[in-house]
Amino acid sequence: MNVDPQTQVAPSTAENTVKQICTFELDNYLFGIDVSVVQEVLRHQPMTPVPLTTNVIAGLINLRGQIVTTIDLRARLEFGPRTEDDKPMNVVISTDEAPVSLLVDRIGDVIDVTDVPFETPPETVVGVARDLILGAYKLENRLLLVLDIVRTIDLSNLTDQVTPH
Amino acid sequence: MDEMDEIVGEFLVESYENLDQLDRDLIALEQDPNSRDILASVFRTIHTIKGTCGFLGFEKLELVTHKGESLLSKLRDGVLSLTPARTSALLAMVDAVREMLNSIETTQGEGDGNYDALMATLVALQTENSATDASIATAAPTVASDDPAKSDDQQLLDALDEAASADIGVAQGSDTQAIQEAPQTQLAVESASAASDASSTTTNSSVADSSIRVDVGQLDKLMNLVGELVLARNQVLQLTSNIDDSAFAGTTQRLNTITSELQEGVMKTRMQQIGHVWSKFPRVVRDLSLQLGKNIRVEMEGKDTELDKTILEAIKDPLTHIVRNTVDHGIETPAKRVEAGKPAEGVLTLRAFHESGQVVIEIADDGAGLNIERIKSKAVERSLITAEHAVRITDREAAMLIFLPGFSTAETITNVSGRGVGMDVVKTNIEKIGGSVDVTSESGLGATFKIKIPLTLAIIPALTVSSESQRFAIPQVSLLELVRIDNTQPGKTIEMIHGTPVFRLRGTLLPVLELSEQLKIQPAGALALGTDPTRSETTVVVLQADDRQFGLVVDGVHDTEEIVVKPLGKQFNDARAFSGATIMGDGSVVLILDVMGIAQHASVLGEIGDRHSDSGQSSDTGDVEIQASEPLLIVGVGQGGRIAIRLGEVDRLEQFTIDKIEFSEGKKVVQYRNDVMALTPLGELIGAMPSFEESVNVNVVVVSEGGRSIGLVVDQILDIVNDSIVVHHKSGRHGIIGGCVIQGKVTDLLDINAVIGSFDPLFLAAASQPSGVLS
Repeated sequence: MNVDPQTQVAPSTAENTVKQICTFELDNYLFGIDVSVVQEVLRHQPMTPVPLTTNVIAGLINLRGQIVTTIDLRARLEFGPRTEDDKPMNVVISTDEAPVSLLVDRIGDVIDVTDVPFETPPETVVGVARDLILGAYKLENRLLLVLDIVRTIDLSNLTDQVTPH
Repeated sequence: MDEMDEIVGEFLVESYENLDQLDRDLIALEQDPNSRDILASVFRTIHTIKGTCGFLGFEKLELVTHKGESLLSKLRDGVLSLTPARTSALLAMVDAVREMLNSIETTQGEGDGNYDALMATLVALQTENSATDASIATAAPTVASDDPAKSDDQQLLDALDEAASADIGVAQGSDTQAIQEAPQTQLAVESASAASDASSTTTNSSVADSSIRVDVGQLDKLMNLVGELVLARNQVLQLTSNIDDSAFAGTTQRLNTITSELQEGVMKTRMQQIGHVWSKFPRVVRDLSLQLGKNIRVEMEGKDTELDKTILEAIKDPLTHIVRNTVDHGIETPAKRVEAGKPAEGVLTLRAFHESGQVVIEIADDGAGLNIERIKSKAVERSLITAEHAVRITDREAAMLIFLPGFSTAETITNVSGRGVGMDVVKTNIEKIGGSVDVTSESGLGATFKIKIPLTLAIIPALTVSSESQRFAIPQVSLLELVRIDNTQPGKTIEMIHGTPVFRLRGTLLPVLELSEQLKIQPAGALALGTDPTRSETTVVVLQADDRQFGLVVDGVHDTEEIVVKPLGKQFNDARAFSGATIMGDGSVVLILDVMGIAQHASVLGEIGDRHSDSGQSSDTGDVEIQASEPLLIVGVGQGGRIAIRLGEVDRLEQFTIDKIEFSEGKKVVQYRNDVMALTPLGELIGAMPSFEESVNVNVVVVSEGGRSIGLVVDQILDIVNDSIVVHHKSGRHGIIGGCVIQGKVTDLLDINAVIGSFDPLFLAAASQPSGVLS
């Protein structure tokens, strides 16, 4: 089963151009998204939670007068909650509409993956990971998992997971 | 006089823009003669100019555009096709209009140019195979290919030259008068161009220079920068508190003030009062009603409601259209009004207000209302709907047919309306800015157009409250009052009706909700409302949702301030509890509560629509009396007997053990709050078997009237529902208003006054003085 070619940004454009991935850590995994969609990276921001919504939405932040929706990537990828004193960071993604912020555990380096081999996830990867992970760059010492950013910030399919904050 | 100048000025600025568009459209139309879109656009532009100049008293201008419009109307309807001759004539008309506008700008008059020939051409071209085609066609190329290098005045001259030559061309087919007029036209051209020459450096520029059009994107950018500045300012202010330097403190204070003013200023660049747009309506209505022989007064409410500039601009034309339509079709002539028993003077009311995150603009009249049958038949006649469909649709749906393109019920085409342009444009324009338009009508009483516009970026006053240490903003428009309840005083605190908390606000039962519970943000194990003994005080915000009131319990109340409403992202499309978010002075994000959404969520507002149709099915059983939906207490008596009591008439629900019941003067009484209260078994009233003696506990509904209380003994408290009461038959039985269907079951509606009235007034009076009876 192959990933939809349209969303498979990572390998197809990697032929001749320089391909850079903005990396971050979540639950000791190394994730990444194409650096071109990243607007900015912010330290922990004061967050306004929005009641009666899914716990995937961490809340709203004030980005220089603009109200930006923040998605908790841990909740989105169904990892457990982060420890109390762990201050998450915001990776702000620019979209055609309003920007969206992603909460990550730690921000990593921007890695040049132009010459790094890429592979789509094997069949054994199921669930939310299959939906959201485009594939993995096989770095020397660990795997860099590339997220499908369009699907990641599309929450239209999880309206029923209303949980108290 | 100033106001008049302002209107004319606006008219000029707008018309020049429209004319430039017209030039482009007509040329485009020549390339693509069958494009209905372009034709419709041209038609609307001319329609708008014609309409406005009619009110401003520019008769000549109106006459010329009217002729042009008639031609365009035929083209639009496909009766005629566009030939070069027709395009030329239309372009000549555009030039003539431009010339007159120039003249208006410089001399306040339309000038003395003569356009009879042009008008004759426009009329002549309205017939198929017009004889003048050839003669006009010769003038066409020069008109169509205006040299952009030429100065305006040169263009004006050229255009008029052509108009003059067209004059002669037409004259061949008409009388000799036109020939005599030709030199006159030439003269007019000279005087007009001389005038505009002289004033081109002064007057010409004044209209355009007194205001500038700024790209909204530019303002958005400014707004964001100011937001950033506010945050930087806040940080500086925080740092200042650690530095002990008075000069520095002074400077930051100044920075603070300037930033606030700048923020306000930038925001204000986008906000305007709706009164600005309304101000021209009284005159519009006056002139129009004079013309139609009507007598109409304009009333305005909420003139100072502020709207984003872009939104205001977008609704200006739709509003004008509706106002004109109302004057033309809605309000009757004085004679007809008097005949219908109404005052001769009609009233047109403009109303603007904020309602749950939206601006609502209403245009109401007290005229005849919409003629639903005629609307239906017209719609069928114009093939907008099928005849079968027309039978099925409701009156409300039928009323909405007027917003379909090509719909017009006017029997005669007047200067004012009736060309089938207008209401569909109104709807399109309003929907373009994310709004909606609705019309309601009551036969003989008038019609109301209701325009709802979202207030993205609108500034509204709001109260900030907190619940579980999170802050929320409540729009001031929904706010009625704040009540602080001292929980130590019995009878003045939150009470329960079958597990539903209520509060007695000046004698009326107010449903009460806890905000933290509604938003599910209360900590685990929180006690239900009204049962927490540690809370010595409760703060209730009394809110209005539609016609219903309810109380919202919050932890704290903070400031009232002006907030900028920002929409929530698409991820929150189904979050009905919030209408948006805002950024507070300290930079934090605060959610704006959607009062209507919360009321609906907690079913303070019933789903009226559904129940209406439910009760409608059985409405043929007898006399039907429909009342507004209201909260009702449903109690059970005897075997299967159901009685409904208006919740507003219920004071309290109590439960007594059977041994508490005593007798006085042969009647059952209980001691209640240091008083003696008479009891009456409700079952006896409706003829159900009394059954309260058999159980250990007695449920009592305490009602009072004029300070006298009695207890109604019931078997069960069944439910509290919101329903509109449809009384199917008037009851002959004392104490019952009649029967109705609630929740699909027959329920008798209690007549509290009659029940209380049936008691000996002396007995009740005595009952309120405990010493008199039992001591």
